This record gives sequence, structure tokens and C-alpha cells, in this order.
Amino acid sequence: MKISAKSATLLVLVVLVALSPLLFPSNFYYRVGALIFVNAIAVTGIVILTGYAGQVSLGHAGFAGIGAYACALAPVHWGIHPGLALFLGAGISGVLAYLVGRPILRLHGYYLGVATLGFGILVAMILTNERGLTRGPDGIDVPDLGLRALLGELGLSLSNGQFWYFFTGLCMILGAWIALNLHDSPTGRALRALHGSEVAARTVGIDVAQLKLRAFVISAVYASISGSLLALQNRFVTPDVAGFMHSIEMVTMAVLGGVGSVLGAIFGAAILTLLPQVLTVFAEYEHMVLGLVMILVMIFLREGLLPSILKKLRGKDE
Amino acid sequence: MSELLQFLFSGVTVGAVYALVALGFTIIYNASDVVNFAQGEFVMLGGMITFAAHAAGLPLPLAAISAIVLTAALGVAMNKLAIEPARGAPVVSLIIITIGASIFIQGAAQIAFGKQIHSYPAFSGDTPIRVAGATILPQSLWVIGGAVAVFIALWLFFTRTLLGRAVLATSNNRLAAQLVGINTNFVMTLSFALSAGIGALAGVLATPITLTAYNVGIAFALKGFAGAMLGGMGNPKGALVGGFAIGLIEALTAGYLSSTYKDAAAFVVILAVLFFMPQGLFGRKSTDRV
Amino acid sequence: MKTTTALATLMMLGLTTPALAEIRIGASISATGPAAFLGDPQVKTLEMLVEELNANGGINGETLRLIHYDDGGDPNKARTFATRLIEDDEVVAIIGGTTTGATMSILSVAEDAEIPFISLAGAIEIIDPVRPFTFKTPHTDRMACQKIFEDIQARGFSNVAMISGTDGFGASMQAQCKEVIGDYGLTLVADESYNPTDADMTAQLTKIRNTADVEALVNPGFGQGPAIVTRNYAQLGLDIPFYQSHGVASNGFIELAGADAAEGVRLPGTALLVADILPDDDPQKEIALAYKTAFEDKTGTPVSTFGGYAHDAFLILTDAIGRAGSAEPQAIRDAIEATEGLVGTTGTYTFSPEDHLGLDLSAFRMLEIRNGTWTLVE
Repeated sequence: MKISAKSATLLVLVVLVALSPLLFPSNFYYRVGALIFVNAIAVTGIVILTGYAGQVSLGHAGFAGIGAYACALAPVHWGIHPGLALFLGAGISGVLAYLVGRPILRLHGYYLGVATLGFGILVAMILTNERGLTRGPDGIDVPDLGLRALLGELGLSLSNGQFWYFFTGLCMILGAWIALNLHDSPTGRALRALHGSEVAARTVGIDVAQLKLRAFVISAVYASISGSLLALQNRFVTPDVAGFMHSIEMVTMAVLGGVGSVLGAIFGAAILTLLPQVLTVFAEYEHMVLGLVMILVMIFLREGLLPSILKKLRGKDE
Repeated sequence: MSELLQFLFSGVTVGAVYALVALGFTIIYNASDVVNFAQGEFVMLGGMITFAAHAAGLPLPLAAISAIVLTAALGVAMNKLAIEPARGAPVVSLIIITIGASIFIQGAAQIAFGKQIHSYPAFSGDTPIRVAGATILPQSLWVIGGAVAVFIALWLFFTRTLLGRAVLATSNNRLAAQLVGINTNFVMTLSFALSAGIGALAGVLATPITLTAYNVGIAFALKGFAGAMLGGMGNPKGALVGGFAIGLIEALTAGYLSSTYKDAAAFVVILAVLFFMPQGLFGRKSTDRV
Repeated sequence: MKTTTALATLMMLGLTTPALAEIRIGASISATGPAAFLGDPQVKTLEMLVEELNANGGINGETLRLIHYDDGGDPNKARTFATRLIEDDEVVAIIGGTTTGATMSILSVAEDAEIPFISLAGAIEIIDPVRPFTFKTPHTDRMACQKIFEDIQARGFSNVAMISGTDGFGASMQAQCKEVIGDYGLTLVADESYNPTDADMTAQLTKIRNTADVEALVNPGFGQGPAIVTRNYAQLGLDIPFYQSHGVASNGFIELAGADAAEGVRLPGTALLVADILPDDDPQKEIALAYKTAFEDKTGTPVSTFGGYAHDAFLILTDAIGRAGSAEPQAIRDAIEATEGLVGTTGTYTFSPEDHLGLDLSAFRMLEIRNGTWTLVE
């Protein structure tokens, strides 16, 4: 049953990524798709942190900011290839998450929330104010990843939109695969035990602090890679990527879709990425509708969109 | 010396606004364990409705009162329509509901009031009061006085009145409170009304200093939240001290260190305090329930 | 590459249909978000002008359709909306990018698709180096600095203090000012900043007051920040000459800061703010007054320089479409670049292949607030 849930998730993702373009009315939808996938990667990290381990972060955009600016700065300052800069950013994010996580993961609930919030704000503030390094609030150009040109030479010619659609789609599936494997690993089981009850987990000999830290570091790496891919795709980045609103967006996507499962969270990312595009028809009422949707989903579909819908479809066999 | 005094004046003025917002957080948190991220919108509405009513010809005191009453009513509506139906949902869902409410209120405000920045006259004029070479505006005294008065009123309410104790009882153990005959639904409604009213009062008092626009709420909410957490969520004393502390840290950092990183200083202090006191300065020591 | 081919095909399809009923232009503007104060009048201006134009029979016999999105000042959203405008809505030109960040995002999409783009943001990077399809209407922030320093120099001062917002507008102008301050023989003796959402700047101003020999104060920023700085300046009883930036150039500013506090404040502004007191022979008087009256009648809010930028962008675009006699992007671009002596509310535009801004310092006027209203400094 478990094995099939994992393969089912991956199968659904592969089919969706591969076949959706057949329905695209215009090239614009590749852009939307790529955005969904980039968000989905960050949100998969939130699933590990919040869905598996039960910890809330209001500052994960800070890691996205680090990933994004690594791709903007490392190639210019240290001559590192932008692709490698992505891994460098992920490494920095992971180490930073380890260092920051050790003290703050002792905190619970809202205290953890405000501590992570503070962390995210500090990162955003440094990106905004260290003009000499980051060029400040107006943003900075990001070098070309060069992969599309390489593919072109190999005879696979894709438009910019198509390339980023398939590339980020592939990254998302890879990320989901890793997260699903983690779910079924001993670490994953221990994490979920921790989510159920920290005290109970401790009494059965689980190293709670170490485990939370591991989830925090992994989710930070996901956020960082998501930020890197966004920067590389946009070829431009501003400190907004590390902003409070971006952190909130990540958590909202995950919870709205269903933070308990990778597929649910990715579904949430898709919905919340698409929604602003759809809501443009409401013009100035856009924000009211968005707020209303968030409230209604959380009231009526508490476990998140996807789990609730699936439950309805299956009837009462749960 | 006059320099330090000026920084302190600046810090307590801003800190008083944060403290009022933090007090608003405290009340709802006490009644429902929800951190209401729409708290900042109440502040915005307090200022905006006062502006609109004043511009429509209402005298300022009447405009202010109507703003507080209307916002309190909105707080009640929010509780009835968005929080009560979600009873029992996980905390993170409730956070998202309040953020949704915040986005909704902002969206409505931008349509109702437009996107211009507004203000109205200070209550006691704009002539600065000089103290030992430093200056403070009369309106700052209004804000500081407001924060202190609300704190004292809340303290009396929570410790001296039956209703206030009922609120505290509900926050400690909802089921037990129900069993001893406390109408917990009424307690929730009351808490939202109070909290929204206090938020609106913050907006009413602060707008002549801070100015207002449809999107100022989020900044107030963040700083107020930080203040409440620094002091220890759920404790009015903590909210008051936390709010003022953040205002003072910001002003002193801006004055003596770097104005660019004054917000950073506030968060570094919060992180440091939480490192040694995971429940904030005055937070209740909680034990995990098994 | 494929994108362009697809577009070219679409355009050919468009051309083969002889009487295309409408010309579509796109806009991505910060109608909400931190820069809503700037973007709001821009959206209203564009909507008003399109309505006006269509009521007068459109352009080249075709009606104009404006498709606009709210990017909230977020460059990521701006890029998505720019892609949507080009790929999905198939617009022939884009106006927008209220902030520099959003502009830089739209710019790369527009350049790739070879769609003319007129930005409403200030930074000099937008048009320097010149990119074939990108133009802009506002003065650069560097020019604002130059205008201010010219005036400070002329008044015989030499020690300048700055207090800047940390938003894109303030930070960019702060950096530009630091670059050009030496050209005017001035020295920067204090350099403070504040966050755009801050409620009190007396701490920073006290520091400036206690700096020895400060002779003039400059405040790059927009929104409520500069209004609060101005009030705090009055509260502390500062009396050094005080310069605001073009970021506050609207009547709303005097109201917010209070006429008493704002008395004597100078700033580089456009003809728009002083339309009614301009001499009758001023070339900009007619257009500035017409726009001001129309906007204020329609929206009931005071006209701002930022709405004026959108007005001028629309003017430049429709003028180019008219002269080109075609709504084909390349033709529009060529016509924009050939614009000469076009009088707008911000200044008189003359573009060239080397200059995609088309304004010089003369379009800036030094204004001073006296008795609660704008006056021209000779």
C-alpha cells in the first residue's frame, strides 16, 4: 500500500508534467508551469518540516533568498558556474540552517514562528541593505545557466519557456522522489512520531532535537534550490524573494493543498500560483477573493484541498 | 544628554504603538490560542475609518469613536464567520485563516478608501513640547497614555472582574471552563471585540504621527507580534514591556549604531531573549501534555 | 527563438486580416503593494486616456484596448505578467514597471520578444546601456540629484546630509546622489536611512542635527516616509535648507506633512505640479493643465508626477503608432525612437538611437513650498 502511494504520487507528477503542454493554449503557460514547479520544490521542503516533523517556519524565504543570490553573486565574484552556484547556495543554506536551527528549534509553536520570522527578516534586510554586494532593493542580474544552449547544441532545441518548464518539472519530480523516500525511511517514521507527540517520541528513545534539526536543514535546502531555480529562470532577482510574504506564501501553499502529503502540497502550490492569474478577471477585487478562498478552504476543507477532495471522491471508505 | 532623551522619546512613541498592537494580540491569544495576523488591519481600519468619517464632516472625537465601534464589530464578525466555524482546526490552519482575513480586509479597504496616504489633525495640536533640549509631540503623549491606560484597564479586567477571570479560565482550559458554566462562545466574541477595538484605538491615536494607508497593517502586525513574543505571548504585562522594548531598541540603534539595521537589532534581541527564555520575558512556563 | 517565430507567424496572421479591429497595448503596474502609491494614479491615468482616445475615434481608425495587470511591485510577478501580455494577450507594446525591479524583469521579456516597452521607473540602468526596445519617461534619479545639488551649490552651501528610504526608490537615488555629489564640490557629511514603514525618524534627524556644519538636508524617498521626515524636521526645529525628491511631488505631500512643516521645502518637480502658475507661453502649460484637470475631475484625487509618467508614456506610444501608421511592434519601436519635440507633462521628449530617455535637466523645475502651495524657484 505504502509503496504504491509513493509510485502513484510520482506517476501522477510525471504524467502531469509531460502531458500538460498538450493543452497549453499559448507559450505563456510554460511560464506558469515552471513557476508552479519552482514553488512546488519549496513547498515539498515545507512538507518535510511541517507535515512530517510538525514544526512551523515563517522564515523559509530567507533560504530561498540565499539560494537565489548565490546564483547571482557567486558567478560574478568567484567565477563559479551558475549551475554550481545552485549547489553552493544549497550548501550555505544547509549549514546556516544547522547553525540557526540548533538554538531555535528548542522553541515551540509561535515562539519558533517568531524566531524563524526574525531569521528571514534578517536575511532580507542584508540583501536589501548591502548594496555594495547585492546592488540593493532594485535587484541584480543573474547569469545564464547555459543548459538550454547546451541542449540546443545537442540537437534538442527548446524555447526559453519550454526549457524552464521541463527543467524545473524534472527538479520537482526529483525533489518529490527524495521526500517520499524520506517519508518511508526510519528517519521519516521517527519524524512522524515526533509530530504526533514530542514527549512520546522522546520516551521511546528518539533524539528529538537532532531529528528536528535534520528536517529543518533538509527543508532549508529545498527552499534554497527553489530560490536558485527562480533566480536562474528569471535571470534577475530582488530581495523580495527573501521577504516575509514569500515565507507566508510557502506555508500557505503547503497547508492549503494538504501539508501531510507531497502531492497535496504540490497541488496547493499549483492552485496558489494559478489563482492570481485567474483572479485578474476580478481586477481590484482580486485580493478580497484570494483572502476569501484561503478562509473558506481552511474552514471547509481542513486537511487541505487534495486530501479533502480525495476523501469526498472515495466516499466514506476511510 | 538631550540626544539620548530625544532617542528615548522617539522609542517610547513608536513603542507605545507596538505595545497597543501587542496587547491586541494577547487578548485573542488568551481566549483562543490563535495569533491573529489580521491584528494590523484593525490598526489600519482605526486610522482609515476615522479619516473617512472626519473627512465626511464628523467631528474628530465622534469619528474616532465610530472607527473603534465599527472595527470592534468587524472583529466580532471575523470571529463568527471565520474563526468559530474552524474550531478544532490545527493552529497552522488558523494562522492561514487570519492571514486570509488580513488579505481580505486589505482588499476591501483599498476599494473603500483608495490607495492614497491619509492623516488627520493631531488631537492637541502640533506644537512640540520641549524637555531638556529634546522635543516630543503632544500626540505622542496621547499614544503613550493610550497604551498605559489600555494596559491598566486590561489588568483590572483580567484580575478583578468575573468576566475577565472567565476569559483567563477559558484560555487555560476550554472544556473545564465550559463545565463550570462559562459561556466560552461569548468569551471568544468579547475577546475579538476587545482586541479589534484596541487595535483600532492604536490606529486612531497613532495616525496623526504615523499616517495611514490601506497597506500599513502588515508592518504593525509584524512589530506587534514581535513585541508580544518578546514579552511572552498571552501576558498583558509582557505585551506592554515587549512593545516598548522594541520601540526603544529601534530608536537607540538608529541613534547610536546604524539606522539601516535598527530593525535587525530588534530581531537579534528577540532571538537572544528566546534563547535564554524560550517563553519570552514574562511567558507562562508550559509543560508538554502527553 | 521559437517564441519569436511563433510571434512572427501570429503577426503575419494579423496583417493578413485587413481591418484588425483593435490595437492591444499592455501594462504591468504596481496597483497594489509597497509602490501602490505610485502605481495607483498610473493605472487610473491609462484607463482614463484610453477611454478618451477611443471616444475620439481611436487611432488610425482602430480602437485601442488596454490590458493591464497588477504586479504588486514584485519582479517575479512582473515577469509572469509581461510573458502573459506578450504570449497570451498578444499586445503590440507594453507600458509599465512602476518600480525599477519590476521594470528590469519586464525589460528582458520585452527585449527577447522584440516588443516596445516604455518604463515608468527611475533608475538609470533601464536606459543605460540603451536597449533597442526599451524606453522610459521619468527623469533618472541621477538627474534629480544633479538638479538638487545644482541648487545647493548656487545657494553657496557645501556640506550636505542625506536621509534616505531603504526602498528601491530611496536607495537607488541615495546611491546616484553619492556618485554625483563630488561634481558639485559638495561634501556628504551625514548619511542616514529609514524603512519605508517607519513611524518616527527623529532619532536619525537628531544625529544629523548634531553633525557639525550640516548646511542642507536631502531626503530621497516616496510615500509616507518623506512626509514623516518633514514633520520630524519641524518637530526638532531644524532650520537648514531641506530638499525632498521628485518622489513626493504631489499635492498630497503638502497635506500629509502639514503646510507649516513643509514651508520652504524644495524639490525638483515637473510642470504638472505648477501647471496653473506657469507662464502662458510655457510649452508644457496646456498639456499639463489639461491632464491635471481631467485626472482630478475623474478621480477626485490630486494629480501626481507618477501619473504624469504614465500619461507621457501613453502619449509617446500613441504618437508613435499614429506616425508609424501601423501597429506592428518593430514599426512602433522605430517611430518611438524618431520622436522629436513631443511635449508631455514631465518634459519635452526627443529620442534618438543613443538616448531612450529623451529628457534633459531643463525639464526639471526647482519648486518650493510656500504658504501650502508649490511655487517656482527662479
